[in-house]
Amino acid sequence: MSEPFLIGDAMTGGYGKGPDILHECTISANKGEIAVIVGPNGAGKSTAMKAVFGMLNVHGGSVRLDGEDITKLSPQERVVKGMGFVPQTSNIFTSMTVEENLEMGAFIRTDDFSDTLMQIYDLFPILKEKRFQAAGELSGGQRQQVAVGRALMTQPKVLMLDEPTAGVSPIVMDELFDRIIEVARTGIPILMVEQNARQALEIADKAYVLVQGRNAHTGTGKELLADEEVRRSFLGG
Amino acid sequence: MDFLNAIVAFSNYVLVPGAAYGAQLALGALGVTLIYGILRFSNFAHGDTMAFGTAMTIIITNGLLALGITFGPLPTALLALPFGIAATCLLVLFTDKLVYKFYRKQKAAPVILVIVSMGVMFIMNGVVRFVIGVRDIRFTDGERFIISARDFKEMTGLKEGLAIKTTQGITVVVAIFVVIVLFWFLNKTRTGKSMRAFSDNEDLALLSGINPEKVVMVTWMIVAALATTAGVLYGLDKSFKAFTYFQLLLPIFASAIVGGLGSPLGAIAGGFVIAFSEVTITYAFKKVLVYLMPDSLEPTGLVQLLSTDYKFAVSFTILIIVLLFKPTGLFKGKSV
Repeated sequence: MSEPFLIGDAMTGGYGKGPDILHECTISANKGEIAVIVGPNGAGKSTAMKAVFGMLNVHGGSVRLDGEDITKLSPQERVVKGMGFVPQTSNIFTSMTVEENLEMGAFIRTDDFSDTLMQIYDLFPILKEKRFQAAGELSGGQRQQVAVGRALMTQPKVLMLDEPTAGVSPIVMDELFDRIIEVARTGIPILMVEQNARQALEIADKAYVLVQGRNAHTGTGKELLADEEVRRSFLGG
Repeated sequence: MDFLNAIVAFSNYVLVPGAAYGAQLALGALGVTLIYGILRFSNFAHGDTMAFGTAMTIIITNGLLALGITFGPLPTALLALPFGIAATCLLVLFTDKLVYKFYRKQKAAPVILVIVSMGVMFIMNGVVRFVIGVRDIRFTDGERFIISARDFKEMTGLKEGLAIKTTQGITVVVAIFVVIVLFWFLNKTRTGKSMRAFSDNEDLALLSGINPEKVVMVTWMIVAALATTAGVLYGLDKSFKAFTYFQLLLPIFASAIVGGLGSPLGAIAGGFVIAFSEVTITYAFKKVLVYLMPDSLEPTGLVQLLSTDYKFAVSFTILIIVLLFKPTGLFKGKSV
């Protein structure tokens, strides 16, 4: 099997000098794929994603993007390498307008990014409508669209989302998932942490169930949905 | 009853001086609020940064005058101002490199940075006194009045005169110009927007590839320009004395906090709120009331709420009221 486009391979590590949270945890995503990390509270889902993004101390294993070892790079350097990251909270500039948020997303680009801006407005029409409004005045679902749009402005090679549907209503959640599928269809691999396991597994090409920082189950979304043990322990029967 | 004379007297003693003082405070408060928004601490050394900038400008003004260069009817200090700003830029950038950067790398708590800035304040205080002395210095030259009280009386035939000093006019014009340029910079340029982004959400700004050291450097340079301009305008309008500038710290902080720390618009509004409160409360209204009241009700006292000696109490009181009841200020800044 060829190497996945983005892979966090057998990562072991924790925050700062604290104890290890991840133990030989492997996460990967391929082009055009949506990879989802699910698991119970405190399983290290967000931690695993942050490890891939370089926000914690990984002392075992490695992270590779397109075959290049990026384990030692800082998060900022990884953004330059083509990783887009949407944090779970405080993921927009609340006092700035929607358009300014997107412009700041493209800060590292020195070329003309108006095309990308138009693409993002096509993808999220509501943002075009509210482009001159302060992002902090938008609803939860719209804020998440701003956050994803901001991360897409660098034209990343891979997009990572940390619980994009946290705190939004079920209807908005479905809409966000639709948008995320649309982004994946453009060929960008998506790595996503999700709290709403069932819905996330339904759209996942590949899914990881983590328990206590270890890979517990891995497979396609459908396989895991059908897996008796996964259903019993995480999906409530 | 004589409304016209009452209005003229009120303008002469409250409105015009208040507007000029407000503009000076607004410029000072803008500097404080920018530092708070971007470097995330209250810079106690701001008053002395203003003093340093003004001292440098005075020295250069004296040099220009010695060379026989003047600015016609305008004060020569305006010609020297850019050099004063440059010198202050160098000082604050040097201070940042030498002192603040160390604490920034350690991610020191804001309260530690406040104490550090107090240390910087004492040192700058000493440097300024060492360089230019402790005495009162007047450095205004050129035309003294735009309209003098006597001309106004002759023109209008009113009993009260309205004097507008050249320095008051310059203060307001320069302040408006500076504010327009600053807002244009913050809202329209890439660097300005990156400063706002950094102030809004530091982590996300870093994720977006904004270079924090560049943001900090540009902030210090803008603050140096604002502080020097504010200090020179205040000095032209009144006079320069190192101790007075140190004391200006209180009304300036009050302005920034009343407006909402971190909000540039708030700093301007706060500056005028504090200035007009101070001037109105310490002004003896007898003169105005004499024109408004019937003879029988004419006030016998001065009708002055507070003696000017207590003007700092006004800033203090407003500061406490705001912190108790609306800690985020008028324009929703960050709470202290």
